[in-house]
Amino acid sequence: MSGVPGFSYAYLDEGTKRMLRRTLLKAVAIPGYQVPFGAREMPLPYGWGTGGIQVTAAIIGPSDVLKVIDQGSDDTTNAVSIRRFFRRVAGVATTERTTEATIIQTRHRIPETPLREGQILVYQVPMPEPLFRLEPRLAETRRLHALADYGLMQVRLYEDIVRHGAIATAYNHPVMVDGRYLMSPSPIPAFDNPKMHRMPALQLFGAGREKRIYAVPPYTDVVSLDFEDHPFRPIRAPHACALCGAADSYLDEVLTDDSGGRIFVCSDTDYCATRQAARQAAE
Amino acid sequence: MYVAVKGGERAIANAHAWLEEARRGDPALPRIAPEQIAGQLTLAVDRVMAEGSCCDRELAAIAIAQARGDLIEAAFLLRAYRTTLPRFGYSRPLETAAMRLIRRVSATYKDLPGGQILGPTFDYTHRLLDLAAAAGDPPPAPRAPADPAAAPRVTELLAREGLMAREEASDAEPPDLTRQPLPIPAPRPARLQNLARGDEGFLLALGYSTQRGYGNSHPFVGELRIGWASVEVETPEFPFPVDIGEIPLAECQMVNQFHGSAGAPPQFTRGYGLSFGHGERRAMAMALVDRALRADEYGEERAAPAQQEEFVLLHSDNVEATGFVEHLKLPHYVDFQSELENLRAIRALKEAAE
Amino acid sequence: MIAPGFADPTLDSQATFRALLAAMSHPGRVHPAGRGLSPPAPLTPALAAVALTLCDADTPLWTDAPEEARRWLAFHCGCPFAGDPARAAFVLPHGAPPPLDSLAQGTEEEPHLSATLILPVASLAEGAGWRLAGPGIAAEARLSVAGAPPGFAAAFAAQRARFPRGVDVILCAPDRLACLPRSLRLSEV
Repeated sequence: MSGVPGFSYAYLDEGTKRMLRRTLLKAVAIPGYQVPFGAREMPLPYGWGTGGIQVTAAIIGPSDVLKVIDQGSDDTTNAVSIRRFFRRVAGVATTERTTEATIIQTRHRIPETPLREGQILVYQVPMPEPLFRLEPRLAETRRLHALADYGLMQVRLYEDIVRHGAIATAYNHPVMVDGRYLMSPSPIPAFDNPKMHRMPALQLFGAGREKRIYAVPPYTDVVSLDFEDHPFRPIRAPHACALCGAADSYLDEVLTDDSGGRIFVCSDTDYCATRQAARQAAE
Repeated sequence: MYVAVKGGERAIANAHAWLEEARRGDPALPRIAPEQIAGQLTLAVDRVMAEGSCCDRELAAIAIAQARGDLIEAAFLLRAYRTTLPRFGYSRPLETAAMRLIRRVSATYKDLPGGQILGPTFDYTHRLLDLAAAAGDPPPAPRAPADPAAAPRVTELLAREGLMAREEASDAEPPDLTRQPLPIPAPRPARLQNLARGDEGFLLALGYSTQRGYGNSHPFVGELRIGWASVEVETPEFPFPVDIGEIPLAECQMVNQFHGSAGAPPQFTRGYGLSFGHGERRAMAMALVDRALRADEYGEERAAPAQQEEFVLLHSDNVEATGFVEHLKLPHYVDFQSELENLRAIRALKEAAE
Repeated sequence: MIAPGFADPTLDSQATFRALLAAMSHPGRVHPAGRGLSPPAPLTPALAAVALTLCDADTPLWTDAPEEARRWLAFHCGCPFAGDPARAAFVLPHGAPPPLDSLAQGTEEEPHLSATLILPVASLAEGAGWRLAGPGIAAEARLSVAGAPPGFAAAFAAQRARFPRGVDVILCAPDRLACLPRSLRLSEV
């Protein structure tokens, strides 16, 4: 077991881990409900994944293999920084392969490769409250969740349709979990929402600054809010990946010059690299 | 062919090396020792101790040096360190009435038991930039003989006359915001803990707003006391509390008018400010905001920003605030892309309809 | 002389927690727990492992276990003992357990402020017995529990009407555990 001298395994002291673990079990038992917890200051700033980091630190062990992605990519600076943090404080094995990971900490994406039973997806969440733009007062949103009164959100989506002809939430589109709690999927693109529904992997959500943890157990219904005549529709750029040719993956738009030149490439770098390697092997 | 950008460990390592170099500054000049910061930039250290919620001058000084003088970054460093420290116990409540005072000012009485003590203050200095400051050390300041007379709290004198609303004493265990999320609605001990480590600029602006009509406030500085208070702990080994040392404190009690309500006669009420270190501006601003947040208690309408409990308490913490504001520089291109596509789709819908 | 706790508190509690997390995420699955522990009776290795992993000074524990077991729990977990099961965060019965609806249920606004029942049973096996459905279960799971208190399954099924309030249950056979989160739909065969 390695780590940093003078600091605990996985950074957190055992008392803090117990508090987080109790919180996680309650979160799993009440799918979609935001459990308040005593978030600690972490050596990374609030807003940079402290919630996800605390969740990962509370669950991770020596037999785990950790993958960290930001914007779907293992190479973005904050993903690199968080991966390095866990290598330092927990001596844990890391990977960039979705299929090899037991724990995947993510910001803003769900991997394209379907996750399997036994894997844990840890989301970094900035604003856990799905209603916060409509009602910023916590005491009031707590009451609305207790009553399962989500009329505010229905009205907001309906107003979108009246104004734009379609639901205009492109990311962070709210979901109902197990038919009871309205939940923020953390700001993933709406394209990823359907992947949450009855996912075989456990999904854990950590919001450090807002001090909330919530969870979606495996095989749980996660339904994007919509209307019968305006069904939810995930959006992706209508192109194929310029690197691997994928026509089913979520794409980043990359500007190649200053006169309108652009290409589209997979946001999930492991998915893209795996497809490119397979193509090369076939040639 | 296009190759995806990589953030990479090397780029990060290089950036941090550059940071090291910038932090050191001109190597021809001596490095500033933390002891110098602790001994000479004392009010910067005090602010970092307060906002870092850790009363340790040396650690705060190290944090200030490491943060290149960015006091919010320094407070963050100190917080991230304190959270890893083991807890040996809890002190008894501090007895600030028995503080060893270096400064004590009341704006409500010309003279009072214990007297007025100006102490080492910027007040009445003429703010002329001292271009000769490096010329030499000042002569020792004259000292008055220590006044043995006790300096009772001004608010207590008023309370004895029945003119000041009494604070309810309570032995209830206060919440601990370093271990629990802020309860909403927040009991006053939680509010005070939150404000005591709140951002000084935020407290100052909110306190100021209550003076300008945003909130029903007519404040007087009942008393401002600055000095050192003993910290006592109870241990199983001794039958009496043990004094483990002194900490620097600034305490302010603001006296406010109150016109009375159906249940209470007209009387004075108070707002309370307390800070690690000698940050008197922080203690005064905190006292103004505390009083504004007591609106419900005194049946006052909550109309002004400083009276909105959730708004004030959830935005006071500069470590939280700076993290979330600064996180906007992290990549957001996935969500931005979804907005782009969405915008294009909505535009297309509109054009098709026209 | 007090019997020892985990040989490696950090890694053993991490491993036990992962078993609990997996069990709470997949109700009805049975996981081994408590290897290497020999707590005083009537505590079993699995009960001891769960207590060491979850209980501490912040969690009042109600138990009617005899003195030696209480001493072991107090020494290793440092948990305060609740006199009233309704005020306990964890309830670890030795005799007949207090009725489920007498334990802390949480509130509609804060359902997480509810008790967790750590219930000793004789044995646990997958594939037969109670029918389980709900979050964490792909279609249907079966859990066979020997030695559950009379009426327990019916009482647990009944609390679904109080959701999101309710008690979560950790079933402990001597060396294995399974979980019944309050979100579960349980029916006896």
